[in-house]
Amino acid sequence: MNRLSWFNVVSLTLGFAFLYIPMLILILYSFNESKLVTVWAGFSTKWYGELLQNEAFLNAAWVTLKVAVFSSTLATVLGTIAAYVMIRSGKFFGRTLFSGMIYAPLVMPEVITGLSLLLLFIGIGLDRGVLTIVLAHTTFSMCYVSVVVSSRLVTFDQSLEEAALDLGCSQAEAFRLVTLPIIAPAVISGWLLAFTLSLDDLVIASFTSGPSATTLPIKIFSAVRLGVSPEINALSTIMIAIVTVGVITASLVSKQQAVRQKKEEQAAERAA
Amino acid sequence: MNSTAFAPWEDPEATPLIQFQNVTKRFGDFVAIDDLTIDIYEKEFFALLGPSGCGKTTMMRMLAGFETPTQGKINLAGKDIAPVPPNKRAVNMMFQSYALFPHLSVWENIAFGLKREQMPKNDINDRVEEMLRLTRLEKFARRKPHQISGGQRQRVALARSLAKAPKLLLLDEPLGALDKKLRQETQFELMDIQEKTGTTFVIVTHDQEEAMTVASRVAVMDHGKIIQVATPDRIYETPNSVYVADFIGEVNIIEGTATPNGEDSYAISWAEGQSPLKAASAKPFSEGQKCHVAIRPEKVTINAQKPDGVDNLVQGKILDIAYLGNISTYHVELPSGTVIKAQAANTRRIARRSFTWEDSVWLSWTATAGVLLAE
Ligand SMILES: Nc1ncnc2c1ncn2[C@@H]1O[C@H](COP(=O)(O)OP(=O)(O)O)[C@@H](O)[C@H]1O
Ligand SMILES: [Mg+2]
Repeated sequence: MNRLSWFNVVSLTLGFAFLYIPMLILILYSFNESKLVTVWAGFSTKWYGELLQNEAFLNAAWVTLKVAVFSSTLATVLGTIAAYVMIRSGKFFGRTLFSGMIYAPLVMPEVITGLSLLLLFIGIGLDRGVLTIVLAHTTFSMCYVSVVVSSRLVTFDQSLEEAALDLGCSQAEAFRLVTLPIIAPAVISGWLLAFTLSLDDLVIASFTSGPSATTLPIKIFSAVRLGVSPEINALSTIMIAIVTVGVITASLVSKQQAVRQKKEEQAAERAA
Repeated sequence: MNSTAFAPWEDPEATPLIQFQNVTKRFGDFVAIDDLTIDIYEKEFFALLGPSGCGKTTMMRMLAGFETPTQGKINLAGKDIAPVPPNKRAVNMMFQSYALFPHLSVWENIAFGLKREQMPKNDINDRVEEMLRLTRLEKFARRKPHQISGGQRQRVALARSLAKAPKLLLLDEPLGALDKKLRQETQFELMDIQEKTGTTFVIVTHDQEEAMTVASRVAVMDHGKIIQVATPDRIYETPNSVYVADFIGEVNIIEGTATPNGEDSYAISWAEGQSPLKAASAKPFSEGQKCHVAIRPEKVTINAQKPDGVDNLVQGKILDIAYLGNISTYHVELPSGTVIKAQAANTRRIARRSFTWEDSVWLSWTATAGVLLAE
């Protein structure tokens, strides 16, 4: 390793400060005794207690979780199928157009996606609620899943599938027994991506949610407009904690797997 | 080989297991297989030999069901296989890349095909154990493919493709990744397994020695066509073209024009001021026809003194000696500039051999030693 020069140290510090100081402040103030967000009055966890009493927040959290689970699962199924078909179908008429259309929502402004979905739901007379948010989130997160999965499928050795067919599998069995288990890590990351996208989406959710169902980001956003409360800081801290734990676990697991695989491969080489 | 040797291709009554009937395969405009017709018989160990890109893998993939012929018909046991999908064919393939399932253990890889047939659990166990024994992998049953060596992986691939006891086993350059010693061992293992199981093997290789070692018959291919199909010894001794002669082993090719000279016998004039060569050929050549004499280096005798009573005799100077331990190949330059290779067994210690670089030597061979080829 090169020793860090003072220039690198400074850039690193500034970069990290830029990224994390706002969050640190938020976490710090969630433990503030005072109701005034800008005045430190000693350590307390009382806002976390109050959060648990807040029916509206808990409801919104529950809706958000439901929406995230359903939409990310649906998006993963659809996105994986789309990626598989795009990579495997070879050349067919209009292929470029199709694959372009799958990825278009990635660059589409969210406001437009939200608005068009709103018009659709009104047009077909669907009452806005959990169902419409799930549908909307599925639509836009599906293309993210499809990007992640197809980048894995590109490097997938197709002869594995042919071997499965050769040994008596139908196409569907070959996918279920061979392809899916092997690309599972990509599918899972696709799911996680869709899940977090759904968790923090504000724009599309505000177009497609109704009075019967509000998600947490909408709730937080409307509450903040009346002033920041320590309760919201506490809620945000919990969300940060959940995301942090998730990310660290995922990276630890994959790192451990890579290390173990490498060790085993080396052992196999030595034994040969 | 004796006269009762296995040779169904000489029996007009025998029905072939595989029949390619005027099969053509095109990829776009590119012709990968060109109007190919061939019969392969049950229990054969059939080798496809040819340079890279000549269509060997494409032939295999058509048999396995991953490609369909553009034209023509492939029969397996008398039935057209075109409508049969790969998973319903009594054909298994060992892939060039092995294609082992990385998420399954060696045991599960071998059992994979058996489970698809709804075989009872006990039978699966027995069969997998049998395959593990056959390929000497008992100790590695619980390992994943990335936990074993290259040679072991190759044996797993073989065991997996044999487990379903297919009528026909396709092996696509199965030993390509192995080093020479392991490859030779495995070749004998393959022959052993083929004999024990009675399966028909079609093996693709670009290694002519491998084809000669394992195969009952060899097909030499070029540009999607089969140039010659014959037993290894016939391919070697009586190639039907300069291409085949040159592809299999070392050969001297001397170009000349033929003059009939008695029954099945020809005089070949080949260089200014040199007496014509004598060559025998059952195939007729007309007066003045261009032809090639193909002679294997081991059929050319090298002498320091001029020998008597030989059919063909030329004098030259030793240009180079390739010492291979048991034999040496001498590259001898004739006054005409032609270089002829002659091989001799090193029966004496190297320090006592009778000739060395720049020595003048006599090369001789009989009229029947070479093959006369039109092209
Ligand atoms: N799916 C394909 N699309 C286009 N060309 C192909 C395809 N498969 C094979 N080819 C071409 O057909 C020729 C024969 O290929 P192959 O059968 O793999 O040769 P070999 O196995 O003898 O090396 C090659 O020139 C290759 O480029
Ligand atoms: Mg090939």
